[in-house]
Amino acid sequence: MKSLILHTATRLMIGVLVLFSLFLFFRGHDEPGGGFIGGLVGAGAFTLYAIAFGTEASRKVLRVHPITLIAIGLLSLVVSGLIPMFVAEPFLTGKWLFIEWGAFDTKLSTPLLFDIGVYLCVVGFIVTVIFSLEEE
Amino acid sequence: MNGMLVLPVAIPLITATLALLFRKSSVLQRWFGILGMAALLGSVMILFRDVYTDGIQVLQLGTWAAPFGITLVADMLTMLMLGISAIMGVVIGIYSLYDIDKERERFGYYPLLHILIMGVNGSFLTGDIFNLYVWFEVMLIASFILLALGNSKNQLQGALKYVFINLFSSLIFLFGVAMLYGMTGTLNMADLAVRLPMVENTGLVTTTAMLFMVSFGIKAAVFPLFFWLPASYHTPPVAISAIFGGLLTKVGVYALIRVFTLLFTQDSTHNEYLHTILLWVGGFTMVIGVLGAASHMEFRKILSFHIVSQIGYMIMGLAFNTAMGIMGAIFYVLHNILAKSNLFLISGIAQRLLGTFELKKMGGLYKHYPFLAVLFLISAFALAGFPPLSGFWAKLSLVKAGLSIEQYVITGVAILVGLLTLFSMTKIWLSAFWGTVPEETPEHFGKIPLFGAGKLYILMIPVMIIAGLIIAVGLYAQPLLELCMTAAEQLLDPSVYIEAVLGPQ
Amino acid sequence: MDTILPIIAGAIFATGIYLLLRRSLILTIIGIILISNSVNLALFSLGRLSTENPPLIKAGSLEPLAPFANPLPQALILTAIVIGFGLLAFALALAYRSYRELGTVDQDELLEDAEDTSAAIVPRNDFKKGGDA
Repeated sequence: MKSLILHTATRLMIGVLVLFSLFLFFRGHDEPGGGFIGGLVGAGAFTLYAIAFGTEASRKVLRVHPITLIAIGLLSLVVSGLIPMFVAEPFLTGKWLFIEWGAFDTKLSTPLLFDIGVYLCVVGFIVTVIFSLEEE
Repeated sequence: MNGMLVLPVAIPLITATLALLFRKSSVLQRWFGILGMAALLGSVMILFRDVYTDGIQVLQLGTWAAPFGITLVADMLTMLMLGISAIMGVVIGIYSLYDIDKERERFGYYPLLHILIMGVNGSFLTGDIFNLYVWFEVMLIASFILLALGNSKNQLQGALKYVFINLFSSLIFLFGVAMLYGMTGTLNMADLAVRLPMVENTGLVTTTAMLFMVSFGIKAAVFPLFFWLPASYHTPPVAISAIFGGLLTKVGVYALIRVFTLLFTQDSTHNEYLHTILLWVGGFTMVIGVLGAASHMEFRKILSFHIVSQIGYMIMGLAFNTAMGIMGAIFYVLHNILAKSNLFLISGIAQRLLGTFELKKMGGLYKHYPFLAVLFLISAFALAGFPPLSGFWAKLSLVKAGLSIEQYVITGVAILVGLLTLFSMTKIWLSAFWGTVPEETPEHFGKIPLFGAGKLYILMIPVMIIAGLIIAVGLYAQPLLELCMTAAEQLLDPSVYIEAVLGPQ
Repeated sequence: MDTILPIIAGAIFATGIYLLLRRSLILTIIGIILISNSVNLALFSLGRLSTENPPLIKAGSLEPLAPFANPLPQALILTAIVIGFGLLAFALALAYRSYRELGTVDQDELLEDAEDTSAAIVPRNDFKKGGDA
């Protein structure tokens, strides 16, 4: 679509949208938010870019092929489920790893990996759908 | 607690993911396909041993206790179905090597096939009714795309009918789930089995039972709801037709058996009409299906109508509601998946040789390819119920079950339908295998050997594997009959299932 | 609300059925969308409606503030909506593709002359070079 307002706004917005989607994603750990809604906003950013500059440009900005995103997402979903099976607990049981760095204490967990998987799947799926419908 | 229980779902998912990651490489995808299916078969065999020796196996996902989390349950019925689905996976995996063209491979045939198998396995394993809905959808979306992949005019027409009727049936299913949740406040199937008899409003329970009946009935293609099946199953490539015709409709039958033995038991006062309705539906499905088959002259359409007809037998066995009847139904499901998919696979080879599925334009297969004709006869006779093949034992146990509870009319119908089945199989035999070679037959007909140059043996190996299984099951029916009997007894006594899931009451 | 919601759900369902029976493919899809929404609404209202605290656990405490709402129906609906979204995206693409290939959205015309089935699969004539399998 050729519109100066849209072009300028999109250039400004895409970074904000991606950042916001990451914010939603990490906030979802303890509060409303999470991989699904974050993924939706992230996919929204690339959809907006596709509307403004065409799908070809948007694919370039995304760098990774959306189907690869889905595949990596699915893989991290399965892996997050399989990890507890190595310590003889049922599939999908939450496992946590606390790392103390002093100032920044980090919580790593299988639910986080699962959520990353959801995020990637949602972004990949929606972008695939929008791009292929747009390119028809 | 058995951690292995998740493998029949996890292995196809991992395979699908890897196939998606390496979607550019056709060789890798094929290897993943074969290896993934083989791993699946291995894991199912290990699980089978556990269920056989220790009884029903349960896994609470995420360590959330039974009525709150998602439970995976494997009883004997589940294991038999998982076993047949894994065998079908291996066989179709091999057949696809030749049958699926490069274009379909590029658009993700292999990942979709594995996701389809994952959905089927998940439906067999789950012990939660909402989770069953989710697995059905996983299976459906994969089947939608597999059916439409290729975009030919015919496939699009078939896919349109298939997609809309199945979307509608899923929504009815979801509505049934909502009713169950509203009445009992739980979605775990074992917990539902405990709480449903306590619901006072029997009218609501019957309504919900009918919602499930219609929804699963559409998926299983029973009498008034079958029309979409013969309209769509003959359009995609043969490998896809075979797995749809063999496996997918049987998932609907499995769901019917599970729901009407565990949740809505036929003998309770809640569902007095259920038994009669199932019996009538079974009878009509048998008759209408076989008549439809008799009126068509296209290889795969005849087979599609036969799927409908055979579903009738399974519903009839369920409606008898005795251990013998349900055993017959389960045995029939297993036998039918083998025989039916083999016939589809053979139709594919015949089409490769003769260039068409129209019986009128076929002929001379017996003269030039006698071995193929023998394989066809084995499957066709098994379907019609000739001794000593697998179909004989399936029909015998159903007839015995019918006679022992004095359901003479429907038993008579079942035997008559068996004869009519033989009639349309004869029709295929007469025109495609006997008959003269038509003029417009492709040049290679009669010159290409089944084994050797042309690599047709890739198509022949799966057919021979299944034919071997049909003969083996026919000659040594006793072990499988006993396993089916165990499954039927477990189904008829839900307290074992409930205790395994919820713990001692 | 307990009586109004089921009535609305029923009305939407009826509208959906009406659209489902129309001949245009697009109306059929809209019908499916409406039915899907009405079923979600039914699921929501069958999960009992109540005005209570959100089922969130505040930092520092171990359980949500009682009385809290039942989160399960919402989780179920969210799942159903996501699944429905995926299926409908596919249905729309299929309808569009059919329109492109077959040139019409009228189902009577779309589904006629489905007889020629052998053309569905082009027979592979690669026997001579030994197949590419």
